[in-house]
Amino acid sequence: MTVTIIVKAILYIILAPLIGGTLSGLDRVFSARMQGRQGPPLFQPFYDVFKLLNKQTTVVNSIQVLFVTGYLIMTVFTGALFFAGGDMLLVFFALSMSEVLMVMAAFSTNGPYSIMGAQRELCQMMCYEPMTLLVAIGFYYANGSFMVNDLIQAEKPAIMYIPGFFIGFVFILIIKLRKSPFDLATSHHMHQEMVKGLTTDLSGGNLALVELAEWYDLVLMMGIVGMFFITANPISRLWAIIAVSCVFFLETLIDNLFPRVKYITMLKVTWTVILVFAGTNLLILNVLK
Amino acid sequence: MAIIIGLLKYASPFRSAVIMLGGFTIMAAAIYVAVNVLMSGDTSQFMYLEDAEIPNHFIMAGEVFLMCLVCFLSIKYKKYYAILISLVGTIPVLWMDLSGNAVEGSTHLRIDTFAAVMYLIVGIVGILICIYASGYMKDYHHHHTDVVDRSNYFLALMFVFLGAMFGLISSDNLGWIYFFWEITSVCSFLMIGYTRTEEAVNNSFRALWMNLLGGVGFAAGLMYTNMYLNMSNLSEITAAGASEVIIIPVTLFAFAALTKSAQFPFSRWLLGAMVAPTPSSALLHSATMVKIGVYMLIRLSPVMQGTLTGVMITVIGGFTFFAASLLAITVSDGKKVLAYSTISNLGLITACAGTGTQEGVWAAVMLVLFHAVSKSLLFQTVGDIENCMHSRDIEDMHGLIIKLPRLAFIMIIGICGMFMAPFGMLVSKWAALKSFVESGSVWLVLFLVFGSGSTLFYWAKWLGKICAVIHQSFELEDITPRSEMVSIIPLTTMIVIMCFAFPWMSGNMVQPILSEAFEGTIENVIGGSDVIIMMIMVAMVFMIPIGSRILSIGKNSKMTMSYVAGVNAGDDRHYIDSFGKERALYMSNWYMEDYFGEKKLLWPSIIVAAVLVAVMLIVVVGGNI
Amino acid sequence: MKISKSPWVLHYDGSSCNGCDIEVLATMTPLYDVERFGIINTGNPKHADVLLLTGGVNAQTAPVIRQLYNMMPDPKVVVACGICACDGGIFKECYNILGGADKVVPVDVYVPGCAVRPEALIEGVVKAVGILEEKKKKLKESMKAGYCTVDYSKIAIHMTADDYDPTNQYDAVLTEEALRQQAEEKIKATAKPAPKPAPAAAPKAPVAAPAADNTKKGENA
Repeated sequence: MTVTIIVKAILYIILAPLIGGTLSGLDRVFSARMQGRQGPPLFQPFYDVFKLLNKQTTVVNSIQVLFVTGYLIMTVFTGALFFAGGDMLLVFFALSMSEVLMVMAAFSTNGPYSIMGAQRELCQMMCYEPMTLLVAIGFYYANGSFMVNDLIQAEKPAIMYIPGFFIGFVFILIIKLRKSPFDLATSHHMHQEMVKGLTTDLSGGNLALVELAEWYDLVLMMGIVGMFFITANPISRLWAIIAVSCVFFLETLIDNLFPRVKYITMLKVTWTVILVFAGTNLLILNVLK
Repeated sequence: MAIIIGLLKYASPFRSAVIMLGGFTIMAAAIYVAVNVLMSGDTSQFMYLEDAEIPNHFIMAGEVFLMCLVCFLSIKYKKYYAILISLVGTIPVLWMDLSGNAVEGSTHLRIDTFAAVMYLIVGIVGILICIYASGYMKDYHHHHTDVVDRSNYFLALMFVFLGAMFGLISSDNLGWIYFFWEITSVCSFLMIGYTRTEEAVNNSFRALWMNLLGGVGFAAGLMYTNMYLNMSNLSEITAAGASEVIIIPVTLFAFAALTKSAQFPFSRWLLGAMVAPTPSSALLHSATMVKIGVYMLIRLSPVMQGTLTGVMITVIGGFTFFAASLLAITVSDGKKVLAYSTISNLGLITACAGTGTQEGVWAAVMLVLFHAVSKSLLFQTVGDIENCMHSRDIEDMHGLIIKLPRLAFIMIIGICGMFMAPFGMLVSKWAALKSFVESGSVWLVLFLVFGSGSTLFYWAKWLGKICAVIHQSFELEDITPRSEMVSIIPLTTMIVIMCFAFPWMSGNMVQPILSEAFEGTIENVIGGSDVIIMMIMVAMVFMIPIGSRILSIGKNSKMTMSYVAGVNAGDDRHYIDSFGKERALYMSNWYMEDYFGEKKLLWPSIIVAAVLVAVMLIVVVGGNI
Repeated sequence: MKISKSPWVLHYDGSSCNGCDIEVLATMTPLYDVERFGIINTGNPKHADVLLLTGGVNAQTAPVIRQLYNMMPDPKVVVACGICACDGGIFKECYNILGGADKVVPVDVYVPGCAVRPEALIEGVVKAVGILEEKKKKLKESMKAGYCTVDYSKIAIHMTADDYDPTNQYDAVLTEEALRQQAEEKIKATAKPAPKPAPAAAPKAPVAAPAADNTKKGENA
């Protein structure tokens, strides 16, 4: 039992950056095709990170390095915890902690763009935090356990019980994956209203660590999407993969369709969506129970 | 009783050395008693005092004295409504005692595990605050020359207060509890009004009438139990189980507890308590005053399970948690943020206690423990920072890690203790979520998840302010006296130790409380593998700084300025404008006042909560009489 | 893998007539699709590898260019885009123009044109990327020598010490003000000449003719 857990965690740690990098390359190719151009090679994100690792790191202060390293380690830990079959609530608590570390890295630089990015990131966290916790609770309602190991042994896919949670989660994934219209904290390089927000004062190796952490995060998020479909039946994994691809494509599409909104619009919209979809779903589940 | 008399004796000497000596003696006594209780297998010890006549007369005299004191001060400051409430609360109880309607012959004292845990909190945290106060008051009067120096009186009050706390925790007789309850109300009133400015007087009277109103509720419950149910003990009520008759006094006690623990709609007294010197706010917020309320609720929670009272208490608590955490976003005064966070956390504890489930009580006790330590530490640090920088505004704490590294570091630990992942509060929040989900209260789950989001926001932005590293700035003089550090450093250590020790605490301190409250063996609330994972997280948090030192990450990096679009004036805090002038650059935190501001949110939430309380009282009490 | 596969660029307008700027931005549009080569327009010196400068340098933009250059992590290259950036162009004789970009920072590639054509610009960047590879090797050597430990955060560009007037400053917080004055005094007390930002010898690209006055490159205030 312990061996399988460790093997799963190690597999995640090795494979996640490969999958995450490829996915993010795919995202860039999709975006380029949607804009009617050829776009970068599929493995462009790997080239970028390789280059960043080869550059000299400039820092504003030494605490920054500590926070960024902490961010990466905590994110990896979060993902490993999830894929090794740990407690969903703990996964999300650890996730919010890793995000806080990233925000602290930005705060510590005292640069105006970084701090603005940090404040916006905190605001974003305030928007999606309720939904991530609700997802864990939703799984608990559906299958009676917080443990990922028990959840994947379910009789029926969780989506049958908690479709509202799924909608809410896909909605907050826009924030989590830093997609427009909710890419307030760090945008793509092309949209330079606030330079690069959170990561403005990071460079070289530090920035590479952040990129890596985001790949891990991406894989973790996709894993959670897949969780909605997985049952004890092996065929369900196929469905999960199809669902993940659909959601991923949808996120890229949304990214290219909508312009950025103000933070207060984001707050209102996300909280409303969460309340309406997840809240109603929770209420119905509670009545049926 | 011996402890109380000891306390009163120690209250008269005023020099800080004596306070420290006395404080440590009391602390040692409290720890000794608590450890004894925890170690002995026989947990609940009831004591019947044979010669109860003298203490009873003493208590009666005390009640009359308190009443007269309130009347006198009310007339002095022309706040006549306080007299009315005080009279309504005290006279019927006196009449009952004198006319012999009170039930005699039951136990007076009870010392069990829960009392022992509370002893530890009051004994350690409370005494540390008193020690802190002895140093703080000197600085305080150094800065506030306009305030008459009555610090001896103030310190004496603090000890009286702690004495009342010990008394309240050990009492089982409701009449005695009522007496100590009133002492704490009046003491807090006197402490808040310490500076005697107009604002202080107004706020202290607000605290007084709200708490006395709770006292009236308590008195009503007390009379009802004595005269109709023929019970005079708290333990008898909790043992009686939920029934229609018993729920009436329980509701009344719960109402009193709501006022004490400053839930909406009674939160404003706690916010007003900010005008007092820091030690008193630390005392009121963390270890004592507000904890009495939740102490009562946790005691009552087995009875409340599944009743309307329980549901209403949970909803009020959940609502308070959410609304107060939104309000905390909008204020920048350090102490006020702490006050709102106290209200919000107490809301969570109240909600947990209200569910009446085992997990709920587990989470509530854990929250009480962690909150007491972290919050008193934070209050003391804010007080020190105020003494050093003459401001307690969060905006002024920008770059604190450079200006006052020692205090900043302590503060970071305190704030992390309040909300970050492996630290204690989150463990309890996790249990709270589980208990809410199991009790099937949808609204509560929603309150909790949205409240956690906003809690994260206001703590993290404060943490960020502290962590900002500003170049070419210099350390301020750290004038924190040694006596304050004597108090702060143990508290910091305790937070760190409690992170590692929580499985042990759960097994040895909280589980026995559960088995006392629910009678029977209780399965472990927190599972084995989760504990291991949490331990790994805790270990990692402490390993990352050490590890990165060893790996010397970032040694090869080049230092630069932060990016200010190319016109950084060199110190990251000034830029050069288009006329070639240097301009200051400052990034303020977000407060979102237009959306969650006090003006917009405070009164509506008070009204909503007031309606909830009214519904609870009318339906439960009115419906069952 | 080569680091030349993802050159991220930063564009700064020295004091150009905006002709070259429009062309530079046009190059970044989907029409030319430079993302094919991994080129991204970053807008942040800390992420950039290639600094695209347009227009001649004047007294006000010189410190800004210097600061941007200092903030870029090594290895880095500078491309002067358009004839004004190369040597001052038609504005060369103006009273306020110091000259080409190489008056303030070492330039690696000169791309002439008025305005510069996107095709020429792309070729210039591709050339610059070759230089980037060479510089990466040099960086590894100099890392061993410990050259990269220079603390640039100490370089302050106070325009002049006299024109600072505290009365018309906007300061959000009083304690900041007090600290600021302390900082001022300390800076004055320990005023040191600013260190040189980079090695002076920059290889020249064959694309463009070298500017007339190349001897002063790398000079610092």
